[in-house]
Amino acid sequence: MSSNNQDTLNQTYQAMAAKDEPKRPVLKNCVKAFFIGGFICFIGQALKSFFLHTFNFNEVTSGDPTLAVLILIAVLLTGFGVYDKIAQFSGAGTAVPITGFANAMASAAIEYRTEGKVLGIGGNMFKIAGPVIVFGTVAAFIVAIIKTLWLQWTGG
Amino acid sequence: MIYFWAFVVGGGICVLGQLMMDAFKLTPAHTMSTLVVLGAIFDGLGLYEPLIDFSGAGATVPITSFGNALVHGAMAEAEQNGFIGVITGIFEVTSAGISAAIIFSFLAALCFKPKG
Repeated sequence: MSSNNQDTLNQTYQAMAAKDEPKRPVLKNCVKAFFIGGFICFIGQALKSFFLHTFNFNEVTSGDPTLAVLILIAVLLTGFGVYDKIAQFSGAGTAVPITGFANAMASAAIEYRTEGKVLGIGGNMFKIAGPVIVFGTVAAFIVAIIKTLWLQWTGG
Repeated sequence: MIYFWAFVVGGGICVLGQLMMDAFKLTPAHTMSTLVVLGAIFDGLGLYEPLIDFSGAGATVPITSFGNALVHGAMAEAEQNGFIGVITGIFEVTSAGISAAIIFSFLAALCFKPKG
């Protein structure tokens, strides 16, 4: 079979698949994402206020223990298999907050534990979360270099 | 009042992510990467810090704040030590998040078995 023929077949298949794909309930998904995501940030704010008023943290440093506690909760929920159930329901609502990042790392680590500690857990932990760190770091590098150059040129 | 804005802004960023997944058909990994890059750019323009002052955890809990914190650490060091500061400072602020995620995930992988 010529590759041309194969291409036409692929296109036909994709057209058919696209037609039969269930329509995504965008509005409903957005409402769910809004309330679940908002709720996670609400909990974050409560933790932040708690660390701010109970312990010796200031407005800026109180963010660190807040994130650490949220990550710990997310990792535990992932371990017990609860997080993935909530995630199925809420889509981006659980993926976008830092808890989704922790869930991606913990679930990859747990899933590959049978392949060993070094190659399994160590090698696969960043399988899903890796892109976020890579693109975040590269983007931050570019932004920071441009801003530093800008500040030097304008004499700031 | 900060609780209300934390809820609204945090929920709003999640809706943005949901729209990227549903309307533009991006994978979750693409969505998260895009949001992190957006966070970095917004901090470069000086727009993310006012959002944190306004909505507290609503801006610091979503993944966009990871990009913001990377730029923030880099700029703080760069102002003191010049260009090398960009490299040395980039992970300074995000250390808590990354370290906690690595350590807890590793321990969880030792304790838990995969479900389902």
